[in-house]
Amino acid sequence: MKEVKKQGGLNAEIQSRIGHQLRAMYDDVVRQGVPDRFAELIRKLDGPEAAAAQMDDPAKTDGRD
Amino acid sequence: MPLTDSLRDDILASVPSLRAFAISLSGNGDRADDLVQETLLRAIANIDSFQPGSNLPAWLFTILRNLFRSDYRKRRREVEDAEGNYAKTLKTQPAQNAHLEFEEFRHALDKLPQDQREALILVGASGFSYEDAAAICGCAVGTIKSRVNRARSKLSALLYVDGAEDFGPDETVRAVIGGNGG
Repeated sequence: MKEVKKQGGLNAEIQSRIGHQLRAMYDDVVRQGVPDRFAELIRKLDGPEAAAAQMDDPAKTDGRD
Repeated sequence: MPLTDSLRDDILASVPSLRAFAISLSGNGDRADDLVQETLLRAIANIDSFQPGSNLPAWLFTILRNLFRSDYRKRRREVEDAEGNYAKTLKTQPAQNAHLEFEEFRHALDKLPQDQREALILVGASGFSYEDAAAICGCAVGTIKSRVNRARSKLSALLYVDGAEDFGPDETVRAVIGGNGG
C-alpha cells in the first residue's frame, strides 16, 4: 500500500493547488464589490412589476390577459 | 415575501458572488454581467415566491444557473473571446507568470463538461455545501459529489500530468514517426 499512499500525497498536493487557483479566480471578482449599475438597478426597482417590465423576455410574466 | 429594504440589501450583498459565479461559468465578463442583471430582474419579479428564512444566495444562484443553461442552448460559447474579456474584468493585472498560470487554469476549466464545471465552482469556490449545490443544480447529492470528483481529476490531468489526453503528439511528430516508411 506504500505506492497508493505516495500517490495520494501527490494527488492531495495537486488538489490543494487546484482549489487555491479556483478560489483565486473567483475571489478576484468578488473583491470588485457591487458595480454601480447593479446598485442603481436594485435601488430603483420598487417592486416585482417594475422588474417584470424591464425583463428582456416577456414570456415569463404570465403574459396572457 | 414582499421586497423589503433588508431583502434588497441582502440581494445586493449577493451581487459580488453572483458575478464571480457568472464569470466562472461563462468565461466572459460582459456576458456575465448581462446574466447577473437578468438574474436580479427575475428574482425581484418573482420575489413573492421566495420563502422568508430560506437560503437567499442559493435561490439567486439557482436562477442564474438556469438562465445560463437556457442561454447556453441558444448560443455557443465564444471561447476565443473568453480569456481577453475575462482579463479586462480584473482590476489589477496579475504579474506575468501568475497571469500565464491563470490563463492556463481558465483554459482547463473551460474544457470541463458544464455539469462538472458548475458543481466544482459551487462547492470549491462559492462555498456551498453539497446539499445546497445539489438543490441549485436540481440533482442528487451523490451526483454532485461525483461531478466534483470528476472535475478535480480532469483538471489535475489537464494541468499537472504530462501527456494528458488533450496533448497527444502533434501532427509533425506523428508524421515523422509514422510516415516516410521507406
